Amino acid sequence: MQFMLLFSRQGKLRLQKWYVPLSDKEKKKITRELVQTVLARKPKMCSFLEWRDLKIVYKRYASLYFCCAIEDQDNELITLEIIHRYVELLDKYFGSVCELDIIFNFEKAYFILDEFLLGGEAQETSKKNVLKAIEQADLLQEDTKVSFSPSFLMVWSRNAAEVRDSCGGSEQASWVKTAFLLLVSTERKFWITLNKDMLRKIKMQAPL
Amino acid sequence: MPAPIRLRELIRTIRTARTQAEEREMIQKECAAIRSSFREEDNTYRCRNVAKLLYMHMLGYPAHFGQLECLKLIASQKFTDKRIGYLGAMLLLDERQDVHLLMTNCIKNDLNHSTQYVQGLALCTLGCMGSSEMCRDLAGEVEKLLKTSNSYLRKKAALCAVHVIRKVPELMEMFLPATKNLLSEKNHGVLHTSVVLLTEMCERSPDMLAHFRKLVPQLVRILKNLIMSGYSPEHDVSGISDPFLQVRILRLLRILGKGDDDSSEAMNDILAQVATNTETSKNVGNAILYETVLTIMDIKSESGLRVLAINILGRFLLNNDKNIRYVALTSLLKTVQTDHNAVQRHRSTIVDCLKDLDVSIKRRAMELSFALVNGNNIRGMMKELLYFLDSCDPEFKADCASGVFLAAEKYAPSKRWHIDTIMRVLTTAGSYVRDDSVPNLIQLITNSVEMHAYTVQRLYKALLDDISQQPLVQVASWCIGEYGDLLISGQCEEEEPIQVTEDEVLDVLEGLLVSNLSSPVTRGYSLTAIMKLSTRFSSVNRIKKVVSIYGSSIDVELQQRAVEYNALFKKYDHMRPALLERMPIMEKTASNGPTEIVQTNGEAEPSVVEPKHPPPVGQPASQGNDLLDLLGGNDVPVIPTTMPTKPASAGGELLDLLGDLSLGLSLMAFYLFDLFKTVNFLSIGIPPMTAYNKNGLKIDFTFERANPNPNVAVITIHASNSTEADMTDFVFQAAVPKTFQLQLLSPSSNVVPALNQGTVTQVIRVLNQQKQPLRMRIKLTYIHKGSAVQDLAEVNNFPSQSWQ
Repeated sequence: MQFMLLFSRQGKLRLQKWYVPLSDKEKKKITRELVQTVLARKPKMCSFLEWRDLKIVYKRYASLYFCCAIEDQDNELITLEIIHRYVELLDKYFGSVCELDIIFNFEKAYFILDEFLLGGEAQETSKKNVLKAIEQADLLQEDTKVSFSPSFLMVWSRNAAEVRDSCGGSEQASWVKTAFLLLVSTERKFWITLNKDMLRKIKMQAPL
Repeated sequence: MPAPIRLRELIRTIRTARTQAEEREMIQKECAAIRSSFREEDNTYRCRNVAKLLYMHMLGYPAHFGQLECLKLIASQKFTDKRIGYLGAMLLLDERQDVHLLMTNCIKNDLNHSTQYVQGLALCTLGCMGSSEMCRDLAGEVEKLLKTSNSYLRKKAALCAVHVIRKVPELMEMFLPATKNLLSEKNHGVLHTSVVLLTEMCERSPDMLAHFRKLVPQLVRILKNLIMSGYSPEHDVSGISDPFLQVRILRLLRILGKGDDDSSEAMNDILAQVATNTETSKNVGNAILYETVLTIMDIKSESGLRVLAINILGRFLLNNDKNIRYVALTSLLKTVQTDHNAVQRHRSTIVDCLKDLDVSIKRRAMELSFALVNGNNIRGMMKELLYFLDSCDPEFKADCASGVFLAAEKYAPSKRWHIDTIMRVLTTAGSYVRDDSVPNLIQLITNSVEMHAYTVQRLYKALLDDISQQPLVQVASWCIGEYGDLLISGQCEEEEPIQVTEDEVLDVLEGLLVSNLSSPVTRGYSLTAIMKLSTRFSSVNRIKKVVSIYGSSIDVELQQRAVEYNALFKKYDHMRPALLERMPIMEKTASNGPTEIVQTNGEAEPSVVEPKHPPPVGQPASQGNDLLDLLGGNDVPVIPTTMPTKPASAGGELLDLLGDLSLGLSLMAFYLFDLFKTVNFLSIGIPPMTAYNKNGLKIDFTFERANPNPNVAVITIHASNSTEADMTDFVFQAAVPKTFQLQLLSPSSNVVPALNQGTVTQVIRVLNQQKQPLRMRIKLTYIHKGSAVQDLAEVNNFPSQSWQ
């Protein structure tokens, strides 16, 4: 793969990953032209097109276009699967990912991509392993205590076991831990139900 | 100083901007804040600031002042800093900046870090954007990590090694030992990346390829396990186990099996298994099948397997998913040369794809259809292709038209069909037809002698309908010029002859001359056609009038032609019939395509064509070219130049003057050129001479220097008869010494009228490369007063200028 671009229906760039060395000017030119070309395609057309001497594979997911440029000897159909795998990873990580997630957490989108592809090739074919690696790396980030604005706190009286179940597995355990830390620091005796939606909002309040 | 605003906050703020200007203002403000923060060397918030900078960079704003800050972040001990720092490096830095080399040391340290995630970051960055210098410095570290037992790092190191090899191919050897047991890994990530690494090495080096061939059994085994093993939740995609790995293995097998019988044989079974067992309902399965087909076609597989592969492609063609159809057409195009018959079986499906809505699919289907046309299916295929030509987008029409012409040329079942097909193309896509097809078509029409009447009639009718498509108009005017007499006389056998008068035809042609739709080239064609009709029609006066009007045309091209034709009417009327005679059949050299035509006379070809072999004696070969282009192209009237007898030159050599490309002028062109120059022959300076004068027959020679080759002397003989009886069956022959080469063009007539009422002229061209004194022996035969006369004579009195 030579590069991958994510852009909205209005042509705004949301992510760009280049695996070939090009100057900023060239990148801008390529991006502009390619975005124009892809956006001009009608919905019924096939996902592949020839552009310059590359093969372009693109797919639209909701309001985002995922566009990859591959070389002649690469398999177009499996590239579609790679795109799909990346979308699945984003979906699992963010919980029902939407374009806003990628806008506000673009650095995380990059981290996930870099854990899935390296130098344009897939480095890990197991979804679980990629997500595990990201999660572990996230934990390494310093200052994982989160600060909430009160509007984010939803108060229910439920017990911790329910919290764990609704989180859907061990991957969210670290966030549960964090939430408890918060409880302590605010000296409030509330139980908090952390549903998936909540967790997403919590993640968004990371140190950056 | 207050803490810099958070990233999310910034993003939210910028998104509220309603205009580009507002956004720019916000960005500039924030950039200024960031800049001052950088200046203060603030460690706590550097990470946040760089992140904001990266966001602004993605929006398209300059962020170069953050490059050094990224380096500082990478050097920091905090993981968050490193993460953002490396990301910034990958986004903002590339090998063009010198700054990037400063990263090398940091990366080196991080490659040896105690935390695998830090090592991972370093490997990732190096593998994505490492320059050759960096790769050279750090290859050793990567190689070390390739041998680690930590699969998380091993897989990353493998891909990093791929990048290193791409940047610095000489380092490939270095990684060879580490590849030893890569394939015995259980971890799929490592397996996948190892296969990628092996593929890269095999593609780059034949030695490596030979070395790794021994891995084929192991690869086959791994692939087999993947297919046969049960459900594995970790790697499952729609019921298929690790399709990514399967595809990569198939690709490596393709490279290893290519050209090698043993390897190919070893993989035959597994390929058949994959081809038959893979689930095809989803894209994943088809991706694997696609790769399998590519592999089968590339290696030395047995024919049964190849047929299986083509059938898979055939099934793909019927798939609802257009992506699959696209991929099938692409692959079939690659295989149509080698497995033609197998692909033929799917011809009808391919032809159906011509009606697909997708542009890429249509184009592929068109290319494939042309590749599949053969003598058996030509009629059916052509019907489909012509229908496609009618309805396709303009971007296809030129290619399609050319393809149709090519196919028709190769496989036309009959001349009538061929002409009909051409007519159809010209009328439906006439304006898209390529320029070089006009002379090709003219040549084709000329050669279909029995179809002349039919052709000219159809073309005439087409002209009546529509004069906007230039190629059609050009071919039509040329034909009318040539075969106008057939049109008038209503000789058409193939279809109902139409009643056309001379005036109607001339009306049409004159209409072309004045119409705004006609291009200058077209006008040239029609003027010449009108001129040609002067020998075929009887309304010569009308033609004379037209020609004289255009003598003062603004268009230089037309003006020149008109003036020359005027001259023909006035001074050289006796030559007019010969000049404007019907064109003989043009020869074609054996060729791959229709574009190499050797013409036996001066019909111009836009590109200079070199005859592949000296033409047979008796058929002078000539080529159209420069001078004819000067005269404006394709339709200068022609003089037949077939030799009346065996050439009389010494050794029976026939000069292939035009084999000499440096001459680059056709005989006919010469003649014309000479013709118009004889007006000024006196000014050339070589005086004419009498070569022979006996029994009332006088033969004068007039001279001309051939232009541009001064070694060629062009001699025009003028034979006149002062007796009271005509000399009929007059034949003039000449021979020259071996050092010369001679060519005789045909005479203006073979009757020398009595009492000097006219002369017979004939042109001789003599190539005198060695600048020897010119000598000639001539032989004359004629019938005079009922008896045959024959005479031989030597001509030695050539003026010295004629051969110096």
